[in-house]
Amino acid sequence: MMATPSSTDLAEPPSGNPLLEVSLGPQHPSTHGVFRMDVSLDGETVVRLKPVFGYLHRNHEKIAEKCTYLGSIPYTDRLDYICSLTNNWAYAMTVEKLAGLVPPERAEYLRVILSELTRLINHSALAGFLLQDMGALGTPLMYAFREREKILDLFESLTGARMMCNYMRFGGCRCDLPPGWIEQARSVVAKFPSFLEEFEALLTGNEILLARTEGVGVLPAKLAVNAGVTGPMLRASGVNYDIRKVDQYGIYGRFKFRVPLGERGDVFDRYMIRILEMHESLKILDQALREIPAGPIMDPKAKLRNLRPKPGEAYGRIEGPKGELGFYVISDGGPNPYRYRVRPPSLINLTILEDMCLGQTVADVVVILGSIDIVLGEVDR
Amino acid sequence: MHGVGIIKGMIETARNFAGSYTDPERLITVQYPEEKLPPVENARTIPFLVYDGVDAMAGLRCTACMICEKECPPQCIYIVKDQVKKPDFVGKLQVQPKVFDIDISVCMSCGICVEVCPFDAIKMDQVFELSTNDRFGGLLVDKTQLAKPNEYFVKLHKTEASEIDARREEEKQKAEAAAAAKAAAPKPTPAPAPAKPPAQAPAAATPPTPQTPAQPTAAPAPAK
Amino acid sequence: MNGLDQVFVRLCHWFAGLFPASVQPLIACIVAITAIMVVFASCFALTTIVERKVLGRMQNRFGPNRVGPWGLLQPLADGLKMLTKEDIVPYSADKTVHFLAPLALTVPIWLAFAVLPFGRNMTAVNFNSGVLFFFAVGSASELAVFMAGWSSQNKYSLIGAMRAIAQMISYEVPLVLSTVPVLMLAGSLSLNDIVAAQGTYTIGGLARWNVFTPWGLAGLLLFLIAATAESNRSPFDLPEGESEIIAGFLTEYSGFKYALFFLGEYLGLFAITGLAVTLFLGGWHAPFQWLEWVPSWLWFAAKFGALIFLFIWVRATLPRLRLDQLLNFSWRFMVPLCLINLLVAVAWYWSGAWKSVVAMPVRWLLCAALIALPYHWLGRALRSASQSPRKYIYAE
Repeated sequence: MMATPSSTDLAEPPSGNPLLEVSLGPQHPSTHGVFRMDVSLDGETVVRLKPVFGYLHRNHEKIAEKCTYLGSIPYTDRLDYICSLTNNWAYAMTVEKLAGLVPPERAEYLRVILSELTRLINHSALAGFLLQDMGALGTPLMYAFREREKILDLFESLTGARMMCNYMRFGGCRCDLPPGWIEQARSVVAKFPSFLEEFEALLTGNEILLARTEGVGVLPAKLAVNAGVTGPMLRASGVNYDIRKVDQYGIYGRFKFRVPLGERGDVFDRYMIRILEMHESLKILDQALREIPAGPIMDPKAKLRNLRPKPGEAYGRIEGPKGELGFYVISDGGPNPYRYRVRPPSLINLTILEDMCLGQTVADVVVILGSIDIVLGEVDR
Repeated sequence: MHGVGIIKGMIETARNFAGSYTDPERLITVQYPEEKLPPVENARTIPFLVYDGVDAMAGLRCTACMICEKECPPQCIYIVKDQVKKPDFVGKLQVQPKVFDIDISVCMSCGICVEVCPFDAIKMDQVFELSTNDRFGGLLVDKTQLAKPNEYFVKLHKTEASEIDARREEEKQKAEAAAAAKAAAPKPTPAPAPAKPPAQAPAAATPPTPQTPAQPTAAPAPAK
Repeated sequence: MNGLDQVFVRLCHWFAGLFPASVQPLIACIVAITAIMVVFASCFALTTIVERKVLGRMQNRFGPNRVGPWGLLQPLADGLKMLTKEDIVPYSADKTVHFLAPLALTVPIWLAFAVLPFGRNMTAVNFNSGVLFFFAVGSASELAVFMAGWSSQNKYSLIGAMRAIAQMISYEVPLVLSTVPVLMLAGSLSLNDIVAAQGTYTIGGLARWNVFTPWGLAGLLLFLIAATAESNRSPFDLPEGESEIIAGFLTEYSGFKYALFFLGEYLGLFAITGLAVTLFLGGWHAPFQWLEWVPSWLWFAAKFGALIFLFIWVRATLPRLRLDQLLNFSWRFMVPLCLINLLVAVAWYWSGAWKSVVAMPVRWLLCAALIALPYHWLGRALRSASQSPRKYIYAE
């Protein structure tokens, strides 16, 4: 029962009862951070929904104008704090475009490996949290986090930190692999499919999950494209747009992988697309871990301190686990950027929350929000 | 058949239940503080200052070049240079810091200060049990609290430390050899020789190692 | 067999014998009541910790294990915490009703334990219409939910309470209907008679429990699903778990009153589990004839424990159902199946007169088909149109 996306002003609610105004959040167990939704209910159906965010605004873009280019890298970790390495890569790519730096082969392979590992941890966290929101009491969440821990251990032994990795530099990567890392990564990647099977056995055929997610929160493809939605949400609605295939940034052109597309664009499709994307990431990881060459990891022209790119502007974008993550940097020749802007995929994907939720019940709003996969650090910056 | 999905889910949970008694993979809790995870070589929490020898203040490698203070993104390092100089590991007189404070409540463990330091003087520590009752000064650590011996550094980061030690040893030997050669050489003219300072730039220009990126060839900055 | 089996009965008689003859029945009653209250209250404490530990193990972690060995003193710590919390009553709440709601939940549930047979000769009160009494008293406790929601003067509590009432009333019907075949075939409403009717053994030594018949198996499953819904447990814990409207009817309760609600809920679970054991699993009878030397109350406890573990297991695995799906499930799936189960029970009874060698497999096949086909059709009707099998295409 999908109502047509209506205007925000409702003169007369359909059933004649007064509207019930509920504020979900900002302190709420299921809103993925400090996020508030002002929902107007007619009985149980949502008639209007206004998202209110900004509770986590930390002035990231202004701080970047005061910091040097190098000093902004740890701050980009904290944007989408679950996927710090992809944030680093997008920013490093943008500044490399400005400064004309080219990372060597080994650095590109490392970037791809870490990026795909980040995609794995993001999608497992999402699968766990979506089911947690549906009331599965933490069991799928614990299984997903058990696997995630292994990948976070890999990150810790390479970059020094589990979450705030701060690893990419302009022109390459910060430090090289410790001995034994490739073997450890290979064993993690080899054991991951059995976890995915376990997860599918636990959940994918589960009738209750199907009843809660099928037909809920349908996003038509045309509306998704018009709203600027990117990432797994867009692909679940059937639109074939994956920046790894479109731009082929880095060395993605060398890897053979497929892009799964959904057909109906409801919550179940979004969940399944992410599970299928995890399978594809494992394929990329297999290939990259086998083919990684020896060599330097930094562009010899790159300077660590006092980077002053020539005046100009650049937009660098990657296919982050949540969507298209882009950085737009304008340089005026000084050590700090003149203007620094982040295109946050979570925020752009969040703008059609209302259209997806109209006509659904309140219990579904929580599930739909979970399927969009937002992280407030990115929405609010 | 309907209900099969639910049955499969329940079998999965039962397998985890039974496995938690037999398979260590299925019971992953580390019961802190009785059990602790082994430390990882590259892990980083807050910085510390390295000193050689036994006297912390005399053996401190830091020369107050202020590079880490400038590059620190949240600007949590406060350095004040001292007027008194002290000799470094090759014997040359170097500037030393009078005050070197780090506000560890602000520090975000990024490690940029370590990357840019030309003297291997500041490195990342791995302590994380840092809480204190003192809200106002408890998390501002000063020079004496930050200084830790080189042996500690070797224990934490074995690979990096052994490389740095090898390099410093080499330079020290070179400096000693040069000093011995100068002392043994016959003195041609007494006036010009002692006036010229020994022309060795101390350990700044290092070849790029696989562990750290190419360090900038910064000569030790004279006092501004 | 008799010694250990009847030890509690003998203790009760010995104690009552210390008093004059006129008050002996009264004393026996009081002893039985005290025993039930002590046993089931400690069972409640034990269940809270066992549930948390089992849930933890299923989630690859330890449960609570800091308070006492294996965390066994955790209920004590929880109880202390609940008792010492401040009891906050909202200013505009209806004070009398607010106070009475937890009592209205707990007291009728204690009454329900009076008719359950815990072992041979171990029923507190031997009613002729025990089942009727049980269901009447169980339904009386549902009023407490509404009292709690209404008296809190909080629109979210009211919404939560109304949902809870809708759920509990909808699931009363399958609960009662699924027990009707048992009553029909046992021919009596008395719980002791029902247990006795399951006391004979077949040729192989297997007991004739109701669950070993097609209608009994279906009836037990339907009963257990309805019991989960009646006790507001996952996957039907919408009233207390769906935190989009805070905590439902329990929002305005704190401290000891909250503990009483908790206690009432678990006691309701115990009562219904006890009834399931009595009606379907043969009460205090052993499953095999050669196991009859084990005391009867031990068998009851074992079956009871197994069913509680099943409830905890289901809670760990399944996500929550939405309210309209929940009500749909009850009215459009369970009630028709319960009615069809009656027909299956009748078919089983009439075909019990067949005297051929292949009678047993044929009876089973017939009855299983009678129930499986409607199960399949009803299940298919329950799923909406958007649930055709999905295909995912891949772009290169």
